[in-house]
Amino acid sequence: MSSFQLKAFGFGTVLAAIAALSTPTYAMDACATGKTITEGKLTIATGNPAYYPWVHDDTPQSGKGFEAAVGYAVADKMGFAKDDVVWVRTSFDEAIQPGAKNFDFNMQQYSITEERERVVDFSDPYYAAPAAILVRQKTVDAGLKPEMAALKALKWGVAQATTALPVVTQTIQPESDPLFYDDTANAVAAMQADQIDAAIFDLPTALYLSAVVLDDGVVLGQFPAAQSDNPDQFGMLMAEGNPIKECVDAALAELKTDGSLTEIEAEWLQAATNVPLVK
Amino acid sequence: MNRREAYEARQRKRALILATISTLLVVAILVIFVPMAPGWEQVRKSFFSGDVFVQSFPKMAKAFLLNIAIFAWSAPLVAIVGLLIALARSVRSPALFPLRIFGAAYVDIFRGLPVVLVIYLIGFGIPGLGLPRPYNSPYIWGTVALVLTYSAYVAEILRSGIESVHASQRAAGLSLGMSERSVMRDIVLPQAIRRVVPANMNMLIAMQKDVALLSFIGPVEILRQAGIFKSLFANFTPYVVAAAIFLVVTIPATRYADYLMNRQRDARS
Repeated sequence: MSSFQLKAFGFGTVLAAIAALSTPTYAMDACATGKTITEGKLTIATGNPAYYPWVHDDTPQSGKGFEAAVGYAVADKMGFAKDDVVWVRTSFDEAIQPGAKNFDFNMQQYSITEERERVVDFSDPYYAAPAAILVRQKTVDAGLKPEMAALKALKWGVAQATTALPVVTQTIQPESDPLFYDDTANAVAAMQADQIDAAIFDLPTALYLSAVVLDDGVVLGQFPAAQSDNPDQFGMLMAEGNPIKECVDAALAELKTDGSLTEIEAEWLQAATNVPLVK
Repeated sequence: MNRREAYEARQRKRALILATISTLLVVAILVIFVPMAPGWEQVRKSFFSGDVFVQSFPKMAKAFLLNIAIFAWSAPLVAIVGLLIALARSVRSPALFPLRIFGAAYVDIFRGLPVVLVIYLIGFGIPGLGLPRPYNSPYIWGTVALVLTYSAYVAEILRSGIESVHASQRAAGLSLGMSERSVMRDIVLPQAIRRVVPANMNMLIAMQKDVALLSFIGPVEILRQAGIFKSLFANFTPYVVAAAIFLVVTIPATRYADYLMNRQRDARS
């Protein structure tokens, strides 16, 4: 009892000390000063809608969901209070079109690629996503195993061009042409209509779809990162030459060093240890 | 050359010179001033990148073959269904009144819905009922959606053609002892269809472009292929490539439709 009180007391004191210390520190941290689109505010863009498990309930302000949590953690390291974070929505195209941007950085599972780097800037990666295969239970019942030879005979669907396209066209090389969809919802509709057997998503999305959206969905397997030449890494997208990049990268580096990024990942992205590797 | 002809020739020459000067002026303004816009460098890089153009063109052209194939099998179906609906709306027998109601309802529904919606609802909805492969293919049901929508427009065009044939011709045919059916087939339709050819050409051109909407339910045609390249390169040049490929087909087609329309006008006057 007394030890608990002592602990609580100690913890509270530490918190108070941190708060007292950090307020002036924030004010002195000049990295992001004058570099955001609205002075004193950090504007983060997300998708419309933003999908679970990246953002819960399409409300990034709650800080719930992996990207929402990372957004607030980065903002904190950059010296912005929770109230100073403003969320806006953009589509993929709005984010890459030329001209002024309405966000400081944009998080919606943007894979970092060389081609994209020519038009926009990316922060250092905040997540490396393994590609995973989503199928329906009846396909598994029919005897499908996560083995490459069996995968070639399936009818494939692709919804995320950067994550899934190289896996399907280069790694799997299916016998029939894959079909393409605008978003995960359409790919799932096609799966329900039995127009495709299987689709590739990043693992967290695949787990979510199998658990919540597709009644008889099963995550058949995942591809080990080593198997793809170019593991799919998510970065925060920024206007090219945005001076805030160094501040964001510094904040991410801090989050990686102190282990908070791993903690956030453990908290918001389901543990995926029981998903078998594709042979 | 008399004085009047000489005057007219001078006038024509003057008009030609003026037209040339004003056209050159407009082109010069575009070429000089657009690149002076502050964002031009960015726009040029995102929309007119030579590299991306070269890299994406072969696959885009190949994807366009799918557009042409879908168009090729849809167009005759549209013509047939459109004609049937137009005939259904034009029947006069009281016993066949339900057919007229059906025709009217069909046209109201499919002309009143955006094509994309019909493609989504039919392309995902009907296969979702549990059709086995290959009968649940998005190619089949996407085509059905396209044909349903466009035949509603074509039916209305054909009906206007049918109504443009004067009633006295029908009366004359009937008084000669021809059957109602034969009057329609041998007298009314040949004239009606010929009159609405230009309008239907425009419909065909519109449908040729709307084939691209099938990409929403899976097929990788040119618009989707452009979208894939756009997302791989983070660059909009593939859309410009797609636009260029479309124009290569649609400009001659629109010119031909204009030509038909002019010829018809000349024939009438």
